[in-house]
Amino acid sequence: MNWIFEPWPWYVAGPMIAFIMFLLLMVGKNFGMSANLRTICAVCGAGNKANFFKFDWKSQKWNLVVVIGAVIGGYVGSHYLTTDMAVAINTDTIADLNVLGFESAGKSYLPDELFETSSLFNVKSILILSIGGLLVGFGARYAGGCTSGHAISGLSDLQLPSFIAVIGFFIGGLTMIHFLFPLIF
Amino acid sequence: MFKSEAASWFRIYEMFKFESFHMYGIIGSALAIGIIVVQFIKRFKIKSFYGEKINFNQKEKSFSRYMFGGIIFGLGWALAGACPGPMFTLVGVGYLPIIIVVIASIIGTFIYGLVRDKIPH
Repeated sequence: MNWIFEPWPWYVAGPMIAFIMFLLLMVGKNFGMSANLRTICAVCGAGNKANFFKFDWKSQKWNLVVVIGAVIGGYVGSHYLTTDMAVAINTDTIADLNVLGFESAGKSYLPDELFETSSLFNVKSILILSIGGLLVGFGARYAGGCTSGHAISGLSDLQLPSFIAVIGFFIGGLTMIHFLFPLIF
Repeated sequence: MFKSEAASWFRIYEMFKFESFHMYGIIGSALAIGIIVVQFIKRFKIKSFYGEKINFNQKEKSFSRYMFGGIIFGLGWALAGACPGPMFTLVGVGYLPIIIVVIASIIGTFIYGLVRDKIPH
């Protein structure tokens, strides 16, 4: 049973994701996480500000349950099923990150430089996390979906729009890491 | 999400550096099985557990919204190291600063809703 405490390999995680999509399809839903961000806006009353948020958000409650499941999964996975939080990334990647100033590369799950509680009092960390989040939220809705909605659900259905979106994800991600990271960090 | 390290900022960085197969393995295997599942459902007209027809979300045809939206999303994904699923997983793990990312992404979605009619789709 020791394997359960080790990081799970891709050939376990990938099929599990596909299974989640299958289950959601079988209960008549679609797998897409970023739609919840729109639902949360609507719950908070954004319907008064823009028509985009005027919809029956109660019909989306099932998806918020998926979110709660993700939160619980993160809690259980980290508190009960993990002994060592370090992520064993490629040693070349660690070397690159060390150069950028990420000392925690290869030693923790998330970079301490951005996600330690003390980051809440660091202006640069707050800016990076806020801008990252804004781009994710804006981009996901503009593109009509995120990794789950496009890269998994959309591509599984062989839809061209999802393919274009995924190419966009990579153009954005590669630009950020190869050209903008050296400027930011 | 947590146990496969797909929620790790480091794994996302490594993926965009093309220095590991891990994330491609996760997305690739999910996709390979996903394609088979969808084809199976369509070919054999599988009904949902409630006996209803299974509908696939047909995305409207366009180029600009998917490309521009995708690029914006990708920039944020690489910077924050989390997409809209795993960010909630990380809340459960107990990282407080991820809450900034969650709130900012909700605000980002709200801004999109406000300017939606003014940007190319």
